[in-house]
Amino acid sequence: MADNVKPKVRVPKTAAAGEAITLKTLISHPMESGQRKDDAGNLIPRSIINRFTCEFNGQSVIDVTMEPAISTNPYFEFEATVPEAGTFTFTWYDDDGSVYTESQDIAIG
Amino acid sequence: MRTTGLLTAAIALVATGAVAQDDHQLVTNGDIEIVTEAPAPDYISGLRTIYSGWRFRDASLQEMQMDDFENPAIIAVDKAIVQWSTVDGTEGKSCASCHEDVEQSMLGVRAVYPKWNEDAGEVRTLAMQINDCRTENMGAEAWKYDGSDMTGAEALISMQSRGMPVNVAIDGPVADTWKQGEEMYYTRYGQLELSCASCHEENYDNYIRADHLSQGQINGFPAFRLKNDGLVQTHNRFKGCIRDTRAETYSPGSAEFVALELYVASRGNGLSVEAPSVRP
Amino acid sequence: MTITRRQTFMMALGASVAAAMPFRAFADASEDSIAAFTGGAEMGTEGLTLTAPEIAENGNTVPVEVSAPGAVSIMLLATGNPTPDAAIFNFGPLAASQTASTRIRLAKTQNVMAIAKMADGSFVQATQEVKVTIGGCGG
Repeated sequence: MADNVKPKVRVPKTAAAGEAITLKTLISHPMESGQRKDDAGNLIPRSIINRFTCEFNGQSVIDVTMEPAISTNPYFEFEATVPEAGTFTFTWYDDDGSVYTESQDIAIG
Repeated sequence: MRTTGLLTAAIALVATGAVAQDDHQLVTNGDIEIVTEAPAPDYISGLRTIYSGWRFRDASLQEMQMDDFENPAIIAVDKAIVQWSTVDGTEGKSCASCHEDVEQSMLGVRAVYPKWNEDAGEVRTLAMQINDCRTENMGAEAWKYDGSDMTGAEALISMQSRGMPVNVAIDGPVADTWKQGEEMYYTRYGQLELSCASCHEENYDNYIRADHLSQGQINGFPAFRLKNDGLVQTHNRFKGCIRDTRAETYSPGSAEFVALELYVASRGNGLSVEAPSVRP
Repeated sequence: MTITRRQTFMMALGASVAAAMPFRAFADASEDSIAAFTGGAEMGTEGLTLTAPEIAENGNTVPVEVSAPGAVSIMLLATGNPTPDAAIFNFGPLAASQTASTRIRLAKTQNVMAIAKMADGSFVQATQEVKVTIGGCGG
């Protein structure tokens, strides 16, 4: 699965110190629910991203437990406070053990 | 008298024609203005105004198409960008070997397809042209006409025309093919005896079961369909429609669907290229 | 897939068993998730906003937003799904608001439910019905 998974994030380039900013994330993933059957009638085993986290300079913004009801290509939108210049780190955890990360710097200005 | 009054009112309603669901404006990424409503071309006697399918969707779906970050089709486009400069076939070429920067070379291309190819002496869809490039110039295998490689490439190329008016030629060497497409559009197919016009000209904006009927415009194709969790090609859409009339369908890439695509595309002349769109 | 007469019979049998205990299986699954999250505590109804479309044109991708100022975490449930759990949002110290949006799958028309755990350990819930239309032609 680790092949075709591509995370995307949208983070503003700059913010005022202490400002609330909106973050958007999208990752390509089939989120196979474990409920579907293939053409031969066999259950397709569950294979999803089960956790997503966003941290800024090591401090948590959000930590999401994800279940099979999350749609294909999981999308999240949420707000973060930016106390200083630094780096957002986004991490997705796959059922198969793969971990996908994406980082984005933000400046104060 | 009362009956007559009611009847007049009913006729007035019909004559005015249904309107699209709302008057929302489509601006993609905050800067690409998309024309979703235009006067119907004069060769369509059954419509006064043409509307993009976007206008018939609910607000949350409309929003998904207003920002490329939220548009799930863009995942396929990202893959197609990589594909664009990936060498494939015996000639050691990629798309970029000849066409270089897709944003420059493919600007406006989608807006005029399907179109006449003089050398081949045939009407070509974008998918046919892509496959011709692959087999003739790259020495690569043709892609499945409505497969995901093809829809991704179509979406990438179409995006370079986003916001530009659809402007498909209907006369000259394509006239016969266009006429064939027009005839198909008004031919009733299947056990349900439905023509394209039965739903998309005579009954757009009405509901067929729980489906809000659009005018069946293809300016947004390939479209990301939530039902399929992926991009759906124009001919695949045609196939689904004809199947729903309970008829045997033509195949994607068939001469019949090429003719129908040319005609249906021309019904959208004046709308903006909107692909890749998001549909239910 | 070819369906034999025997399979048809078995399906009919399955359907009658399911009919004999309507909704139990699904309701229990939601109740278990709720109990695990709240520990069986009483739930209020103020201070949590759940935003979801009244009608979803397709159940595969339904946009949902939850917002509960001051919440520690918010659980989202699709109560009519075979597996009702959708997500639990845990807000960290740098969350500027206790608001999050995502897209979920709904197997059929059902109640979507959110439960927020507030900083004082209390719980509030909000529910909204989302009608999932089953069209098929899609435009």
